[in-house]
Amino acid sequence: MTETTTPQTGPQAGSFRIKLEPRLQEPPRWYPVAVSLGAIFIALILGGIVIAFAGGDPFLSYAHIARASFGNLGVISDTLVKATPILMTALACSIAFRMKLWNIGAEGQFIMGAFGASAVVLAPLLSAETPAWIFIPVMMVAGMLAGALWGFIPGYLKAKFNVNEIISTLMLNYISISWMNFWIFGVWSEGGFQMSPRFPRTAWLPRLLDYAETFPILRGLTTHAGLLIGIAAAFVLWLLIYRSRWGYEIRLIGDNPSAARYAGIDISRNTILVMMVSGALAGLGGMSEITGVVHRLQTSPVAAGYGFTGIIVAWLAKLHPGVIVVVSVLFGALILAGREIQPSGVPKMIQGIILVCLIASDFLLRYRIRIIRAGSEE
Amino acid sequence: MDFIIILQAGVATGTVLLFATIGEIFSERAGVLNLGVEGMMLIGAMSAFSTTIATGNPWLGLLVAMFAAGLISQVHAFITITLHADQVVSGLALTFLGTGISLVLGEGLSKAGTVSLLPNLSIPLLSQIPLLGPIFFARQSILVYIGYLMIPLAWYYINRTRPGLHLRAVGEYPSAADALGINVFRMRYFYVFVGGMLAGLAGATISLAVAPGWFSELTTAGQGWIAIGLVIFAQWDPVRAAVGSYAFGALRRLILDIQGPLTLLGFDNPFYYNPYWGFFLQMLPYAFTVIVLVIGSREAIRKRLGAPAALGNPYIRGERGL
Amino acid sequence: MATSNQTTLPPVVTMSGIVKRFPGVLANDHVDFDLMRGEIHALLGENGAGKSTLMNVLAGLYRPDAGVIQVNGKTVNLSSPRDAIKAGIGMVHQHFMLVPSQTVTENVLLGLDEPRFLMRLSEYDDKIAELGKQYGLDVDPRAKVWQLSVGEQQRVELLKMLYRGAQVLIMDEPTAVLAPQEIDDLFETLRSMTAQGKSIIFISHKLNEVAAIADRITVLRRGKVTANGLPAKGVTTQELARQMVGREVVFRVEKKPAKPGEVVLDVRDVYAENDKGLPALRGLSLNVRAGEIVGVAGVAGNGQRELSQVICGLRNATQGEVALTGELVSNRPTLYGIQRGMAYVPEDRTHVGSSPNLSVTDNVIMKKYRKPPISHGGLLDMNEAGRFAKELKEAYDIIVPSVDTPVRLLSGGNLQRVILAREISGEPAFMVAVQPTRGLDVGAIEGVHRLLLVQREAGSGVLLISEELEELFSLSDRLYVIYEGRIMGEIQLGMEEPSDEIVEKIGLMMTGTPLDKIEKEAAA
Repeated sequence: MTETTTPQTGPQAGSFRIKLEPRLQEPPRWYPVAVSLGAIFIALILGGIVIAFAGGDPFLSYAHIARASFGNLGVISDTLVKATPILMTALACSIAFRMKLWNIGAEGQFIMGAFGASAVVLAPLLSAETPAWIFIPVMMVAGMLAGALWGFIPGYLKAKFNVNEIISTLMLNYISISWMNFWIFGVWSEGGFQMSPRFPRTAWLPRLLDYAETFPILRGLTTHAGLLIGIAAAFVLWLLIYRSRWGYEIRLIGDNPSAARYAGIDISRNTILVMMVSGALAGLGGMSEITGVVHRLQTSPVAAGYGFTGIIVAWLAKLHPGVIVVVSVLFGALILAGREIQPSGVPKMIQGIILVCLIASDFLLRYRIRIIRAGSEE
Repeated sequence: MDFIIILQAGVATGTVLLFATIGEIFSERAGVLNLGVEGMMLIGAMSAFSTTIATGNPWLGLLVAMFAAGLISQVHAFITITLHADQVVSGLALTFLGTGISLVLGEGLSKAGTVSLLPNLSIPLLSQIPLLGPIFFARQSILVYIGYLMIPLAWYYINRTRPGLHLRAVGEYPSAADALGINVFRMRYFYVFVGGMLAGLAGATISLAVAPGWFSELTTAGQGWIAIGLVIFAQWDPVRAAVGSYAFGALRRLILDIQGPLTLLGFDNPFYYNPYWGFFLQMLPYAFTVIVLVIGSREAIRKRLGAPAALGNPYIRGERGL
Repeated sequence: MATSNQTTLPPVVTMSGIVKRFPGVLANDHVDFDLMRGEIHALLGENGAGKSTLMNVLAGLYRPDAGVIQVNGKTVNLSSPRDAIKAGIGMVHQHFMLVPSQTVTENVLLGLDEPRFLMRLSEYDDKIAELGKQYGLDVDPRAKVWQLSVGEQQRVELLKMLYRGAQVLIMDEPTAVLAPQEIDDLFETLRSMTAQGKSIIFISHKLNEVAAIADRITVLRRGKVTANGLPAKGVTTQELARQMVGREVVFRVEKKPAKPGEVVLDVRDVYAENDKGLPALRGLSLNVRAGEIVGVAGVAGNGQRELSQVICGLRNATQGEVALTGELVSNRPTLYGIQRGMAYVPEDRTHVGSSPNLSVTDNVIMKKYRKPPISHGGLLDMNEAGRFAKELKEAYDIIVPSVDTPVRLLSGGNLQRVILAREISGEPAFMVAVQPTRGLDVGAIEGVHRLLLVQREAGSGVLLISEELEELFSLSDRLYVIYEGRIMGEIQLGMEEPSDEIVEKIGLMMTGTPLDKIEKEAAA
């Protein structure tokens, strides 16, 4: 049926009908961006309504977010500090989501990464006098291994027993929090406080303020080398997904597992590997947070929900590593500013509303909406 | 440590999971996977508690909770049924949304103190049955009894009634149901709503009966996710869901109580003398959920039965308008 | 509108000026159609001619963009299947609309207002059994649908409509899934129903069947009516074919005599289970030589799918083995066969053969991305991949704006060309093609047939699994007939149209009579 149609006029009628049609052509490149921005705009309006309903002033809240996150060099630096862990968890989610593996466990893998890195200092695997150039790489490896292990478990269960990875990764989140608490409270507690002792300086990632003597403008800026690690990870991930054999396999499995099987790709093996890489990336995020910001193992700054924000960021960036870098900064701003906003649940709620609006807006990318006059044929 | 008391409390705790699990069974039987149970439960718990504080009437709180959670479930229904979005992602978003909204609207509730709760009662003759009586029928919240009624009713509704027949058809083969004039879209919206209401009821059961109060996200502490795991373990059957729910309820209760006494079965209680070991106990429900999932998934593979055939797929009919 | 069984009553159904448009396609272009009481009216047309669309409009599933439908002389608005059923119109779809996990009775009662709430199934079981007896539709009301044979399931569909008091029954390609003998049973049932006053619309693209069963015939071509209500008596199949395709049908494809070489594929006594764990292949053996096309004929669901999957390593054999050029490939990873020259054109183009959201380039490198020049170390040379894709696009006439276009936007014929281009460009020693022309238009079918013959000429062995006998006759050098997972016999096909005697033999084999038994009886 390739025949073209000649327009015909039918009987006229007044009523309208909305018709949805799947898109037969790719929309222009700007279109998805415009749809996403539109969705965020609508989300902010909806969020404002709920804030107003809860007794807050939405305009004040949003203005506050903007000022508190991009107002001056100091807060921009703080925004980047918040963006760093989000960047890594979002990268972690993006590779798993690419294969339609719903790894909701970046939070737990992040925690395990922080734990693994801390263990190097606290166990201790390396003495406090170890130079930084040994300390930092060893902690990175330890964090990534711990995260990878936490990704391996659900990956293996999925590949072997077809266990739903959403639930298993979520359960492992809860388990990882208890696990970290056990070590903080029971083993590594500093004088009965709910935190470990502070790490030695050689186990800290370099920060901008470390160079303030040479460049005075950097005084007080806490942005740390984790950001660079994250950006490098984003680049490697882009190379992996779009330019490597393995990335091709991941994309193929993600789009159509039957076709991947048909092309001779081992899905079980890739399920486990991708979950491990995803876990390792989230674990790297945990390591970076603990060595760049917290400098000790402590529950609340580590289990702060970065893993969940990463899900939203990955989705908003359409799983593209480059876009993830940008979106992470925006969400870093939201979280930074959110600490001072009342009611305190606002950032979380806005994240939820943004995600809902984004998913809903996806629809506009897949369908065209046509309004049809009943009776007419065009 | 009195095991009867633990089991009795476990039944009450399990009622939370029971409502949430049966709710999700209804939704999934209609073909809609709703991962937003945790968010809907939080909405339910929060709105039940705040309504009860405001009005002093826990029954009204219960109704508001069910309605509010049902309402928010319709966000998921709209996105997945009408807009054909991925049910997994949308369900996750619903959890974020429900959690966020309940945190914002629940601000300050945690300091609100206590409220009048739903009544506890004993069933005259049944509570006299040795062993079972005190566990199931003595001084339980009225919600627990509602739970008992719900198990056979839900089973009977799904398997032996006309609407149940239609429900199963919509989840197994929506185009067949559609061809016979069953409105697939309306049915799916309805059962997602039912699932939302029951999740709201589950949340209200926490904040008005089992662990009264509002403790932000800790109110549910992942029980919504455990419920989703139980649906798979239950193979979409309300009776098996009940078994799993009560077992998990008892486990949660046991973990809370086991750290109290000085001795355990005649030995020094290790959890009393090493309180940090309690963190391992806290892991248990989550670890057991994973184990239960493994069992459920293996059984599904072995018996080649499983989820409703159309679970997770949007229904798209021809080229009709919205 | 002279008809063979004209009555004074108005037509049961009149459809006039029906227009139905899908994005990019005009499926029905001002179609007129009418149905008399007690007649069997065939709706004839090729795949994609708009037959099913027209009937989906009548069944209330699609809303027409223009046109009027009258039932018993009254204009009706059929905006849902429920409306259609109320108007006495029931449709038996090509893919049965039955819930497999429910019983026959449950399926029949589905969607009815009665019983109101509680269901006592046993009361209805008897009612339904009785209705079945009245129309010669024998089926156990208590059986679960997944346990029934395809023929029985079709009867359940008919029962469903009759129970609702349908006066008009639409049968969409009802014979596609049936064996010849089952088709005879069905025709008998249909005749007994028209004798009891029902009217039947019979959708088909098979000329012989239409000639055998219909009272009147309407032919659709590309969404337009080319013959409206012709009396079936006195119409030749050649005439109908012309109306259907717009030119004389060429039943034969040009091909040179086969030059069979070594055995490339050897399937030896293979057993395998289907997805439900039931036996699907029971000791099946066959072989394919280089330079020949070997057909596998059979009614759908007799193990064809499983056979192709076992050969390609997508399903394990429980017993027996498959060898490709002498090397064992069964129960080994799919990749093992691919690396040894196995090509596979799967039945399901969109769900197995391609990856819809990936580009044409990504799709054509599916079996080449592991080796240079596309892969270097672990990295892919996407420029090289794009060049390769453009090469195939030219060589195989793939019509697509750019090789970066996702393949979900391609038409069926173009998508099949992408898949064939990919498989053939690997210069395979052997290729299995399953239903390679299903759902394609005539031009595309010819293209596919030509490509398969090119493969044969190039000295590769081809196993063609198809449900279209015409296709098998025109392409195959040899033919196996499969029934319930066994080979019933093997037939050598010459260059000419097979004789009636051979066709009859194949028909008998397709319904479960082994060839040696047929020949023994013929000899006796």
